[in-house]
Amino acid sequence: MDLWQITWFTVATATFATLLMVPPGLLLAWALARGRFRGRLLLDTLVSLPLVMPPVATGMVLLALFAPFGPIGRILARAGVQTVFTWKAVVLAMTVMGLPLFVRTVRAGFEQVDRRFEAAAATLGAAPLRVFLTVTLPLARPAVIAGAVLGFARAIGEFGATIMIAGSIPGSTRTLAVAIYSLAETGRTREAAGFVVVSVAIAFGALWWSNRLVWATEERR
Amino acid sequence: MILLDFTLRQGTFSLEIHERLTARVTALFGPSGAGKTTILDAIAGLRRPDTGSIAIDSWVLIDRSTGVDLPPHRRHVGYVAQDVALFPHMTVRQNVLYGRREGQKLALETVASMLEIPDLLDRRVPQLSGGERQRVAVARALMSAPQVLLFDEPLAAVDVERRRRIWPYLERVRDDLGVPIVYVTHDPVEVERLADQVVQIENGRVTDRPFTFLR
Repeated sequence: MDLWQITWFTVATATFATLLMVPPGLLLAWALARGRFRGRLLLDTLVSLPLVMPPVATGMVLLALFAPFGPIGRILARAGVQTVFTWKAVVLAMTVMGLPLFVRTVRAGFEQVDRRFEAAAATLGAAPLRVFLTVTLPLARPAVIAGAVLGFARAIGEFGATIMIAGSIPGSTRTLAVAIYSLAETGRTREAAGFVVVSVAIAFGALWWSNRLVWATEERR
Repeated sequence: MILLDFTLRQGTFSLEIHERLTARVTALFGPSGAGKTTILDAIAGLRRPDTGSIAIDSWVLIDRSTGVDLPPHRRHVGYVAQDVALFPHMTVRQNVLYGRREGQKLALETVASMLEIPDLLDRRVPQLSGGERQRVAVARALMSAPQVLLFDEPLAAVDVERRRRIWPYLERVRDDLGVPIVYVTHDPVEVERLADQVVQIENGRVTDRPFTFLR
């Protein structure tokens, strides 16, 4: 198996998935941290659900939704977009599985932001969106970075949902985690070890980098 | 003229006030827990009265009977809260300019020199002392071209000597800007020096006990 092609593919799809997590993730985290609305508890539960569901089950749900005859897949098919068993399905699985970690981390960060600062910004004439962009978000920056890294790391390691909705097609949907499983399953443990080393290196590097950023921010305070 | 005509209940504490503040500077005076800060919060829109209304001249900020309730960012109040709440991730200059509005007649330099902070402008907030923070917060409120200034013990952490030096500037704000000021303070000397009207609050009610200056 081509270790470097698979590594590149995994990092690229996980990066894309992380970028996709950020906009809805920030909105969800803000709504859960600051919003007072009906259905907040339900939303909170739904967002975290992929975290506790068996990933394979999440994959089944996604497959049912995005298959060419599923409710979402049908609409996409009409637009000529095929998702399942393509790289898009890999990104989809990674996004859904990483989102809860991003939202939970960022939400905790938002909750840590002292509301006095938001109140002060409001009395100075800042509308809610400006308060969010200039006060809440910058003050929660370490949590946003940490959340993105956790989401990214989760995306790199995604297996269960990916295998269900994207399969293990060499050169088109096979990620590091899936490759490790395929190799081990066929008794090629020595080859699998190389993939394991790369996975560990990526996870270690991502966490190291995010911790450094968070530390640097804290020291400046 | 600031019309305060509302009730506000929070847990076991209840606040009821029916006052017209006609002075340039009104001092709210009274023991802690009397409800002075709650009054300022209600004017700023940070707390919602249960009944009644608040208006500045003919401009209604909130009226529970008609449903008018302007959000804080549309009330144009310059609020220097007790905890100051300078933005810790910005420089002093960025803080002071944060709420600057079109039509603000005061230049940054003017406000900065009034409050003796020109040397602080490029510092970061965590490097400031308590008194410095309060002066910056006053400057920040002034720069937002407010319709009313709400001061909650704005100089409590400023040392006495500097406080005396700042008073003339606050008098100038009072006299030149024509912006009404509602001033919470524990310092009777400050009340005497700056205020034209004193409203004494006790236990959520206005008391009519005459205010005596402690000399």
